Amino acid sequence: MIHWLRQIFAILSFSLRTLPQRKGSIASALFGIIGVVAVLVGVLSIGQGFRRTMEVAASPDVVLVMRSGADTEMMSGLQREETRVIASTEGIVQDEAGPLASSELFVVINLPKRSTGTDANVPLRGVERAAYKVRDNFEILEGRPFEPGRDEIIVGRGAALEFAGLDLGNEVQVGQNRWKVVGIFADDGSISESEIWTDASLLQSAYRRGDYYQSVYLKLRDPAEFTAFKDRLLNDPRLQVRVLRQGEYYAEQSVLLYNMITGLGTLIALMMAVGAVFGALNTMYTAVASRSREIATLRALGFTNSPVLISVLTESVILALVGGAVGGLLAFAAFDGFRAATMNWSSFSQVTFAFEVTPDLLVKGVFYATAIGLVGGLFPAVRAVRQPVADALREA
Amino acid sequence: MNDIASPSAEPASPEPADSAETLLDLRGIDKTFKRGSEEIQVLQKLDLQVPRGEFLALMGPSGSGKSTLLNLIGGLDRPSHGEIHVDNHRIDRLSDRKLATWRARNVGFVFQFYNLMPVLTAARNVELPLLLTRMNGARRRKHVATALDVVGLSHRVKHYPRQLSGGEQQRVGIARAIVTDPQLLLCDEPTGDLDRKSGDEILDLLQALNQHHGKTIIMVTHDPHAAERASRTLHLDKGRLNRED
Repeated sequence: MIHWLRQIFAILSFSLRTLPQRKGSIASALFGIIGVVAVLVGVLSIGQGFRRTMEVAASPDVVLVMRSGADTEMMSGLQREETRVIASTEGIVQDEAGPLASSELFVVINLPKRSTGTDANVPLRGVERAAYKVRDNFEILEGRPFEPGRDEIIVGRGAALEFAGLDLGNEVQVGQNRWKVVGIFADDGSISESEIWTDASLLQSAYRRGDYYQSVYLKLRDPAEFTAFKDRLLNDPRLQVRVLRQGEYYAEQSVLLYNMITGLGTLIALMMAVGAVFGALNTMYTAVASRSREIATLRALGFTNSPVLISVLTESVILALVGGAVGGLLAFAAFDGFRAATMNWSSFSQVTFAFEVTPDLLVKGVFYATAIGLVGGLFPAVRAVRQPVADALREA
Repeated sequence: MNDIASPSAEPASPEPADSAETLLDLRGIDKTFKRGSEEIQVLQKLDLQVPRGEFLALMGPSGSGKSTLLNLIGGLDRPSHGEIHVDNHRIDRLSDRKLATWRARNVGFVFQFYNLMPVLTAARNVELPLLLTRMNGARRRKHVATALDVVGLSHRVKHYPRQLSGGEQQRVGIARAIVTDPQLLLCDEPTGDLDRKSGDEILDLLQALNQHHGKTIIMVTHDPHAAERASRTLHLDKGRLNRED
């Protein structure tokens, strides 16, 4: 076993020393693998960033209540009386002003994008004062909260970056009203940061919604009491509601786009990988061909086939790993934190999010590169050991 | 010197003149290659015995089967028919893996173009066959030093092949061939790429290895001058051993 490993090490070490002589074909294979991994990681980081935005800050103790049968807040509707019943249900955190439950409504408005000037849908959410406390990570970055009853809005930092006219102090004409931007808020990168918030009662009257809301966000005393709390609401004869944890709701909302982006990204990367495999094959065939006499000489001296095979494969995998690591780092440098906006098909409004190159994605990229290296090295490795020694010595 | 056998005559006796212990015994060897649908018979019903300690030269025109015969003796190829016994072991039926191990222990190869690894120093090249043994680094270095000393290259230990002359490279090749102390040295045109002076030095070395170190040497050569150094010369023509000098 020891001298078997010694054989592998010996062949591998002088194979690697010949790399400078083969820099052309190695560079082309490396570029291929770097490209595949960078694209794979880059595209998947879009899905990852989108999902994070949708799921982040989804505290286990925050619950969303909508009308029974509604898949999204857009499709939901709750009367004020219903929201009061919900807010008075046992199990909700109380503060000095009452239960931490915010009855909210949600309309979609049009604003021009800063990047293109074209109009896009932006969610305008009417909230109650408890909204700030229900969402654990909510903070005003600039300015102040809106004053209830006044035509004031606060803007999520994602929306402020993405849409024109949402700078602090600006006024925005929406419908019949002119709304003044009095604050910019953050919510740990969550989907809320893509929204504009105002007073729920004011929004009801501005959009003639009567005394209707679409959802209630509330904070449970104990996340473990979720099932009991849910049962209380479902068993209340005055209510016909759907009760979800905030995380479940966001996961439902993100699944369509996440799957689409991930599927598309993987498909693109797979197609590119086919090209990269040919690049690796070419490199390793060149490597084997240029060293066929050396390999044949070693086999004549008594080196056995498996160390030759393993060392050729190992060289290919090492090259692929280098390509994978560089591709991953490139994707990290180029994409991580890159902000973009896309349509959230569940709310028909824009979600701003940052691409996120996670360690998982980097591992996936390196795994992908390894697979390319293995496939690309396998055939040349088999060729190296299947060619009769006498023939290889004669060819050289 | 024996007469040249006519094509219709029986092949010349491949047995050596003396009755020393036989190291190599080839019996009824046929070797056929396929080229497309055509079959080419390279060696035909060839018998050959080589006693231990002999220096045998194999001569013959190109395509006569010299290198093929050397490859069969060295376990680099297998006969289509017949048996190959080396030191009373039949080698033509060994698996690839066992044959590789057998080669590592019993045969040293010397190639026409030296076949050194260009990225390794002379010492590292010579060390290669020892990587297949259980020797530790210190013992390997000692053996390498001895082998390089035998071929007169102690002063070139750290030189790379490109820094050595052709004759020196071939000496490194010979050092690599003898470093495991094999009983059999197989040399394929060892002077074919060298000028006369360097070639003579290599032949001197091979002769010394044969005479002073007891190595059995089989050398393929085109060069009658080189063959003169051997104790016996066999001529191959159209796959048959035809003449014995």
